[in-house]
Amino acid sequence: MLLVLGRRLANIIPTMLAVVALVFLLFSVLPGSFISGMNEDGRSTIDPAVMERMRKEMGLDDPLIERFAKYVAATATGDLGTSFRTREPVTKMLAGRIWPSLKLVLAAMTFAILVGVTLGFLAALKPGSLIDTAAMVGAISGLSLSQFWFGLMLMYLFALKLQWLPSFGYGDGGLRNLILPAIALGVGPMALLARTTRAAVLDVLNADFVRTARSKGMSERRVVEWHVLRNALVLVITIVGLQFGSLMGQAVVVEKLFAWPGVGSLMVDSVFQRDMPTVQGCILMIVLFFLVINTLVDLAYVVIDPRIRYR
Amino acid sequence: MRSNENVHEGDGLMRKLAWLAVAAIAVIGAGTANAQETPRKGGTLRMTAPYAASFGSLDPHTTPRAQDDIVNKAIHRTLYNWDTANSKLVLELAKSVSTSADGMTHTFRLRDDAYFHNGRKMTADDLIYSYTRLMDGSKGYPGARFARIIKGAVDVEKGQAKEISGLKKIDDFTLEITVTDLVDPGFYFFDGSTAILPKEEVEKGNFAANPVGLGPFKFKEHIPGSRVVAERFDKFYKPGKPYLDKVEVLIMAEAAARDVAFRNKEVDTSILGPAQYVAYRADPVLSKSILEVAEMFTRSMRFNIDSIKPFQDKRVRQAINYAIDSNLIINRLVKDKAYRATSWLPPSSASFDNTVKPYPYDPEKARKLLAEAGYPNGFEFEWTTSQNESWGLPIVEAVIPMLARVGIKAKPKLVEVTVLTEIAMKGDNQALIASSQTGPDSLAVLRCFYSKTPRTACNYTGFKNAEFDKLLDDAAQEGDMAKRAELLKKANNLLFEEAPVWFFNYNKAVLAFQPWVHGLQPNPTEITHQYLEDVWVDARSPAK
Repeated sequence: MLLVLGRRLANIIPTMLAVVALVFLLFSVLPGSFISGMNEDGRSTIDPAVMERMRKEMGLDDPLIERFAKYVAATATGDLGTSFRTREPVTKMLAGRIWPSLKLVLAAMTFAILVGVTLGFLAALKPGSLIDTAAMVGAISGLSLSQFWFGLMLMYLFALKLQWLPSFGYGDGGLRNLILPAIALGVGPMALLARTTRAAVLDVLNADFVRTARSKGMSERRVVEWHVLRNALVLVITIVGLQFGSLMGQAVVVEKLFAWPGVGSLMVDSVFQRDMPTVQGCILMIVLFFLVINTLVDLAYVVIDPRIRYR
Repeated sequence: MRSNENVHEGDGLMRKLAWLAVAAIAVIGAGTANAQETPRKGGTLRMTAPYAASFGSLDPHTTPRAQDDIVNKAIHRTLYNWDTANSKLVLELAKSVSTSADGMTHTFRLRDDAYFHNGRKMTADDLIYSYTRLMDGSKGYPGARFARIIKGAVDVEKGQAKEISGLKKIDDFTLEITVTDLVDPGFYFFDGSTAILPKEEVEKGNFAANPVGLGPFKFKEHIPGSRVVAERFDKFYKPGKPYLDKVEVLIMAEAAARDVAFRNKEVDTSILGPAQYVAYRADPVLSKSILEVAEMFTRSMRFNIDSIKPFQDKRVRQAINYAIDSNLIINRLVKDKAYRATSWLPPSSASFDNTVKPYPYDPEKARKLLAEAGYPNGFEFEWTTSQNESWGLPIVEAVIPMLARVGIKAKPKLVEVTVLTEIAMKGDNQALIASSQTGPDSLAVLRCFYSKTPRTACNYTGFKNAEFDKLLDDAAQEGDMAKRAELLKKANNLLFEEAPVWFFNYNKAVLAFQPWVHGLQPNPTEITHQYLEDVWVDARSPAK
């Protein structure tokens, strides 16, 4: 187990380095800069002398290699730089955004697992039944839905029409404000989990060891609980892990729509304003989250299925 | 020394012209304070901040963004304010100002009743500190462009001096400001980026996280990416104000989500885009609470005169103005959320001429002018545009067939809105559609067409005209503000005749508000910037 953990952690470093390089290069070739972006929409006019000075102060005129070397060296020490926009350390800005993001992702995943796995399981136990058809229609719809449109529909129904929940915002950080964005974010993974669970359970239900268990006289409930669930879980956990890891990145649209103060909304705002240090910090955070979750999933495999061994 | 009246002798003219602004300002419903109603004390106003998914900074010196100024207007104060009712700049942190005979030294008698939120009284030292901070050359504060007008400010910026020689403290409440040009200082010291800050609070560090100002509301809470909350400041210098107990500025960058929240009565104000404007106007209830104003933003296609030969001929530029059915585009595409432009300066400018008629849609005349200019078969040009729905690609796509009808072939080049200014500054375009800030300082605005103004400093068209230059030179030398306004009016009209741009429209900013909100101002400098001490909510407000 420790060996698996060590290997996975060792893989994180080169992956992060590659991401840092890629993001840095991408933003270096993008047209526009934070300084010129301050004049967006004619809302302000920055004096050219001021622009020049700010470019210098922010190091935007330094050679690319020099900037990259400085950035990597600083990142290695945990210094993600200073935001062009707020002039605050990026680490401080991220620290304020991680908890709302985590809360949203956890809530979305909880919704996805509870609803998706249950639906998939029920559908697989009675293939071809009404519940199976309904669950799969729901799953396909969920996969096809635009988060933006679905989020708006949720707002319209639960806030405007039924008046059950607030339509936007963080509020006091409580559950009432969390429900709608979590469902909007979780509907995609929920649909995927429902389909995957159904397929995995159907697969296991037809396996030899299940037939053997039944022929031994084991009750159907026991067969499902002891054999089917546990074996189907390996595939389900893979999907959960992948979805969970990428959900923080996917949260951009939902966070912006619901005015949720997470890493995603910070990133999208920073992209539009070419606040490179903040964008890089956000992407690093999202990638790190993805890698950590993947590592945890790898470890979970070993726990759930002792046959799995990493070499 | 001249009296305050003398300094603002343009006010007489401005008063005469005030109806122009009033005509441009259509206030539907009862958004502005009704004099017959008694403002109610207490309550919460829930404003929306629509321009981004976060605030840049709550330190007003570090940000020029409209989004940040929504909050900063509540917490901070500047030497001057924009008086929407009278369409002019007025003293805010001073009771009076007198000006020397040469018009270069302004002596301000400051308020002796203005307190910072930490309880300390504001003095002349605070203005000196704030303007000197702006000129810290190592920081590149956006407000330096305004403070640079003070004599000696540039020396501080360059690190050649520690104090601005043009700032002289006479006593705690008297400050003398000597400027380098014959200007109305109001234009330079009303922008939010020149707010007066308390030195001791700034020097504690982390000021943006704990802003302390002179405004009617004191900072309470900032949840980045979500909201800023400010509470009533009881020692605010205007007696009985503010009325509200609390102001919440809620970040809502998505128009559709803002619409749901507004209809659900979760927010009290919402800026409207063209699509929502149509829906709100058609709604019998929502249409009663809409505030509209011609903002100081002019949308235009700027011809890069140096880029291709046809644009160097005035007749070609005029022909384009005749060839485009601007009214049709404003009506169909912009959904009437704009006022037709009849000059570069907006209606709220004292130099706006309301007798000028817009270029009519006349393709025949356009063809004739093109033929006279030597382009009977038209010509081709590349048109740089962003995706903006009101002054971007949708507009360009509608114009292309109109231009084709007179033989002009326009090829659109799509770029991200963030890079428009950079492209304009480099001159890396043949024509570019954009929205330009065109107020309130008409002289500074028109200088963007002055031949000696470099492209990097805003002469994006490369326009050169000796007659126009002379009018601007004369205006800059004219100390009598009424006469200056007249000269600028002539320059503005000349510009309209010379047509270095396609004059498209002035932005019609539209703010929807809930029926229980009173005292909102149709501020033409930016409608989301409200002087919140005048705003109040009646008992119907559901906010606690």
